[in-house]
Amino acid sequence: MTTSLSYSSPKPSGGFELWAWLFMRLSGLALLGLALGHLVIMHLLNNVDAIDYNFVAGRYVGWFWRGYDLAMLLLAMLHGLNGARTLLDDYVPARRRRAAVTLLYLIGAVFLVMGTVAIVCFTPVTAPHS
Amino acid sequence: MWYRGGVGQWSWILHRVTGVGVLVFLCLHILDTFLIILGPEQYNHIIALYRVPLFRVMEVGLFASVLFHALNGVRIILIDFWVDLTRFQRRLFYAEVACFVVVMIPVAYLMLRPVFGW
Repeated sequence: MTTSLSYSSPKPSGGFELWAWLFMRLSGLALLGLALGHLVIMHLLNNVDAIDYNFVAGRYVGWFWRGYDLAMLLLAMLHGLNGARTLLDDYVPARRRRAAVTLLYLIGAVFLVMGTVAIVCFTPVTAPHS
Repeated sequence: MWYRGGVGQWSWILHRVTGVGVLVFLCLHILDTFLIILGPEQYNHIIALYRVPLFRVMEVGLFASVLFHALNGVRIILIDFWVDLTRFQRRLFYAEVACFVVVMIPVAYLMLRPVFGW
């Protein structure tokens, strides 16, 4: 490994860590559009006063926004989990590291399933007039 | 873990802090969205939390965290793939901060306008 001059993680020489390094950069670029786009749509083009059950129901009529949200959920969660793993590697003592990373992945998996279920299975019922 | 001082140190710490902040929010946001299964009335009640003034200020912080993390990530990618840019890394960081400020001023104004009645 060479010394990092960019203050980012040095590029790993191979194996899982190299793929993880590459994934962070590629998913980061995708999320630049997806996550910032999501914030612009929800907080600038619309705003929190407009967002309610009917708003979600209207957005989720077709599959485009479900697909958008699903891609964002998956990439953001994997990007976040791998980032958190890096922090655990740095700050958790070696003897507890394995348990900490396992716990992190378990929690991540639960949230990933919850998010996927919400996006895929949502079927609007007749909403009350607000 | 600690880097030698200077702008690299700050960008590195801020990248970690904003990363953790956004991940924690992501989990809360998955939870509130998941609760849509409870039905319209309950979901509308839960999602109204986002309209509380304190929450709106925190949403500006969320926007700022995602924006900083994104811009700093772009700087990292540029330097990782075009090593020559390392010579300009300090100037790149200042350019990043300038972009951040230029974008955040109108964003904060637009997001906080309803709270302060601007």
